[in-house]
Amino acid sequence: MHELLIEQTQRPQLLLGNEAIVRGALESGVGFVAAYPGTPSSEIVDRFAQLGGEAGIYVEYSVNEKVSMEVSAAAAICGVRSLCAMKHVGLNVAADAFMTLSYVGVKAGMVIVVADDPFLHSSQNEQDTRYYAKLSGIPMLEPATPQEAYRMVIEAFRISEKFRTPCLLRTTTRVNHCRGPVEIGTIPPARGFSGEFKKDPFNLVTLPAVGRKLRLALLDRTQRLREESEGSPLNFVSGTGDLGIITSGVSHLHVLDAVRSMGLEDKVKILKLGFTHPQPKALITEFLAGVAKALVVEEVEPFIEEAAKVCAQESKLSVEIAGKGKGLVPQAFELDSVKVKKAIGNFFGIAYEPPNVIDAPDLPQRPPNLCPGCPHRATYYAVKKVFGEEAIYPTDIGCYTLGILPPLNAADFLICMGSGVSTAGGFSKVQDRPVVPFIGDSTFFHAGVPGLINAVSNGHKILLVILDNGTTAMTGHQPHPGVELTEKGRIEPKVSLERLVRGCGVTLVETINPLQVKKSQQVIRDFKNKINEAGVGVIISKSPCPLFENRMTKKKKKIVFRTDESKSCAECKKCITELGCPAFFVESSDGVEHVFIDESLCMGCSVCSQICDSISPKRI
Amino acid sequence: MKKENEAFRIFFTGVGGQGTLLATRLVGEAALEAGVPVLMSEIHGMAQRGGVVESSVVMGRAVSPTIADGEADIVVAFEPLEAVRALPKCNPKTVVITSISPILPFAVTVGQRVYPDLEALYGMIEPKVASLIRVDAEGLAKSLGAERSSNVVMIGVLAGLGILPASKSCFEQALRIIIPERLLEPNLRALGAGYEFGSERS
Repeated sequence: MHELLIEQTQRPQLLLGNEAIVRGALESGVGFVAAYPGTPSSEIVDRFAQLGGEAGIYVEYSVNEKVSMEVSAAAAICGVRSLCAMKHVGLNVAADAFMTLSYVGVKAGMVIVVADDPFLHSSQNEQDTRYYAKLSGIPMLEPATPQEAYRMVIEAFRISEKFRTPCLLRTTTRVNHCRGPVEIGTIPPARGFSGEFKKDPFNLVTLPAVGRKLRLALLDRTQRLREESEGSPLNFVSGTGDLGIITSGVSHLHVLDAVRSMGLEDKVKILKLGFTHPQPKALITEFLAGVAKALVVEEVEPFIEEAAKVCAQESKLSVEIAGKGKGLVPQAFELDSVKVKKAIGNFFGIAYEPPNVIDAPDLPQRPPNLCPGCPHRATYYAVKKVFGEEAIYPTDIGCYTLGILPPLNAADFLICMGSGVSTAGGFSKVQDRPVVPFIGDSTFFHAGVPGLINAVSNGHKILLVILDNGTTAMTGHQPHPGVELTEKGRIEPKVSLERLVRGCGVTLVETINPLQVKKSQQVIRDFKNKINEAGVGVIISKSPCPLFENRMTKKKKKIVFRTDESKSCAECKKCITELGCPAFFVESSDGVEHVFIDESLCMGCSVCSQICDSISPKRI
Repeated sequence: MKKENEAFRIFFTGVGGQGTLLATRLVGEAALEAGVPVLMSEIHGMAQRGGVVESSVVMGRAVSPTIADGEADIVVAFEPLEAVRALPKCNPKTVVITSISPILPFAVTVGQRVYPDLEALYGMIEPKVASLIRVDAEGLAKSLGAERSSNVVMIGVLAGLGILPASKSCFEQALRIIIPERLLEPNLRALGAGYEFGSERS
């Protein structure tokens, strides 16, 4: 039995925030789950994928976040409780669905989990999803701990079903990837995922006339949701005193630590908001009326702070409210208890001496790197051999973004999923350097296809390289439509990349194996000459992620590579300066440098042996 | 004050593949076993591609799951260079436990940077913290026939210091919860050896 399906226990379970969300959804009778993976939300759909069969739940890895939201919405419209989960930037992709799904609503509960990533641990920006709740009129809950995430997902299903609207559960990395004790309850008997669609076009088809009617209903619903928020136990006051702090999410925990360690328990009153849209205006106003000053402690944008100021203005309260506004609480990056103590000290005039931070000396860094044997390294090597520094290399989102690092230096522009191929087309129209965008296979399915069709139809001049490693590697080897390797063996891909590319109107297409170094360079060179005429060329550089391949096939490596110790590397070291596989290391004897290969790291890909005569295979 | 009423902040640091996250979880389960409130924080994703892996455990009255600079009570470093890199988390009262086995960064293996002398690394830490405990975790694990359990040895040392409000049996029970049956025995040995090492230095 999957560990998240166990019966109710006396002892709390130590769960990751994402696992707590899964458990809460299971206890809420979720029947349909869909997501595209994205850190820090990925474990939600991964756990569901592991246990879906056993629990009688439909689980899919959708092709992108917008699709995941739409399929989940359809399930909920048919009376099947559904959940979709994504990272914050995933909601940008799904925003079109999100903004009008709020009008149409749902029949069964639907929870949309959106995981923000303050400090950009694994993201391209630091956006605050809470404004999406305001923008759409969709209710939102904000947990601080795994225990709260568990409780709030249950509450989110209840609210969703009661008000016939999707409900947003907004987390941050420190909730998703925090592990803590969770007191679990019981999972109801499986009710499967079969629903029923009742035709109701004048409420479900958003023609302008229907939309107008639903718009008014949405505003009315927002009022009713505000009343729900006013009375919600997820918003509560703790402590006593005439200094006020309003907070939400993980910031609440920093506040609790700060107040305790500064000895302010009897001076500070805390309003913790868990139901943060629609905001409980009466509760906030009442809180503000009872304190001399109020500090708003929240991560990223001044979402609650702005609401508090509106509440004060509407009730003509003169209480001083500060947070980001006075620069006391940093707007960028995560908060911690020291940052919060500083803000409390400054605003309330309480002495606080922050710790003297010991600086770490300048140490050799450990930047993340493409793994040994990664086929992306081989592709970048081959492309750089042909195009050198002349070409512009728009890149995309995945492990291969690490191609930015030396010695590959194969990343020049990136904004979001799918931007590589589209921006490449723009670059090609306004300047003359060749443009060679890179995109991963999963990212291509997710957001690359429209950009490619656009390039073909508008006569852009690009050579798109699809880095096809057969999986969604970056987020933990989730499947995508082109998957061939499975635990049960090799399958025909459900969607063939090459046929898809041809279907987009590209005639100049070839699939290469990047581990064949010379042949790959030959094809790239050939394409370089042909794109002037063809406009768009696509090279599919296909070789599986070795970590994924090992996991699926359980194949043991049979060969590794070694360097010829009788030859000096002093004059060359191109393997390091041009390829840079982490399995290489340099040792000097008698002042002569020599490159060696760490056998425990070498994956046996053979690429280095094709660029250096001194490297040869060794059976193990 | 009873230990349960104190706040403990433990910062873990290591290199991808060292079992840092499993070790963190072990401490969390032990706290839970002891009935002490606990929260752990991990960073996944980009950090695991050969980079530094950091995590934290807070227990007792500490509830903020992250550890601010200068606020770690204990630092557990699975690699000595990473112990130095974690210095900003330390204060003069911090106890630092470090493995003595270097894992060379790529910039070092290819000769672009030099891995500092180990004694020099310890010298950067020792004067600035309450104590530095060096553990030959790899050597100990190997001598017990538990090569892959040097992370568990480190947790044994942490437990043996007697700072945390969780007994040895809580840590053993935590191992039973996390580790599959067939791998349990060598890990219990590793924990025991680390515990003994730690209690001699407490």
